[in-house]
Amino acid sequence: MNATNQIVKVGIADVKLANAPDTLRTTGLGSCVGVVIYDLSIKLAGMAHVMLPDSTLSRNGELNKMKFADTAIDLLIEQLLEKGARRYALKSKIAGGAQMFTFSTSSDMMRVGNRNVEAVTERLKHHRVPIIALDIGGNNGRTIEFSPESGILKIRTVNMGESEI
Amino acid sequence: MSFIEKLSTYQLDALKEIGNIGAGNAATALSKLLNRKIDMQTPAVRIASFDETMELVGGAEKVIVSVFLRIEGEAPGSMFYLFSPEQAEQFVHHITGSDEFSFTKPPYPEMGLSILHEIGNILSGSYLTALSDFTQINMQPSVPSLSMDMAGAIISEGLMELSRESDYAIIIDTTIQEPESETEDIEGHFFLLPDPESFERIFTALGVNDQ
Repeated sequence: MNATNQIVKVGIADVKLANAPDTLRTTGLGSCVGVVIYDLSIKLAGMAHVMLPDSTLSRNGELNKMKFADTAIDLLIEQLLEKGARRYALKSKIAGGAQMFTFSTSSDMMRVGNRNVEAVTERLKHHRVPIIALDIGGNNGRTIEFSPESGILKIRTVNMGESEI
Repeated sequence: MSFIEKLSTYQLDALKEIGNIGAGNAATALSKLLNRKIDMQTPAVRIASFDETMELVGGAEKVIVSVFLRIEGEAPGSMFYLFSPEQAEQFVHHITGSDEFSFTKPPYPEMGLSILHEIGNILSGSYLTALSDFTQINMQPSVPSLSMDMAGAIISEGLMELSRESDYAIIIDTTIQEPESETEDIEGHFFLLPDPESFERIFTALGVNDQ
């Protein structure tokens, strides 16, 4: 298609937007959850790499809004609307929330993958953004790439191959 | 402001010493276990953003073998042994005397995984015992857990506790190498990631608490 399209990298606890033909990519999701919210009619999408479920878990006054499921999704939607996305057209896809390690003497933090998925789902529901597809749980890492052109989310894993949702 | 920005050079040096003592013992244990010479570099104390932390082992997508355990007791934290899959395979080959074990396709043979768990057990035991003796702080390792996957997915598990407090991690990183090895790739890392509340206890024990 377009030879000059860019891959916009989304870091850990980060939020980025991209217009087609550019794509959004985040690498090495474990218990973190990659959230994509998009408006296909204007080929605009945003991606968040959520680390923790709830901003009340923060023990620090200065909050990094991009780190927590609740605040990151609020921020993502706000930025998409600013860029011209229409609220009713927003859809989402999510991936991640794995449990990478199993411990018998586990602290709550070890089950953070599940909690991240729950929190993301909850927040999207709150904003009435439907989840079109998801690839969550398990015990493997994921690298994901979203195309605002096609609305396809590509998922790459080390042990389970590649898939598209 | 998070505590990380308030650390003094003196305190950072104390953390380096912690790495020296713990990793020195672990490297000796590994060397005995494999009956090979293992070189250890002076530990570095790194204050890194989460993304930078992944860069230390080659990027978030780099495939690594990791033994991860939680430190429980008075100074909780996370601990990692990170190796390339090739290095981990070599360890297993060396101990079993057979070169059958491979990470190319799951399911991986149980015996090999069990050996890697045991290596993790021995290394973490020796690292923590040395640290605990030196600081007089009670620390116990959890049962180690093994994973081969993307570095980002693995290491972020150890950053969860820290991430509640800060966007940066303090990593006590020791690199180990086999001096006789011909492959460049042979390199391992010990990562010690104390939880936020542990720093004060460690500093108090070492007599470098400024507050």
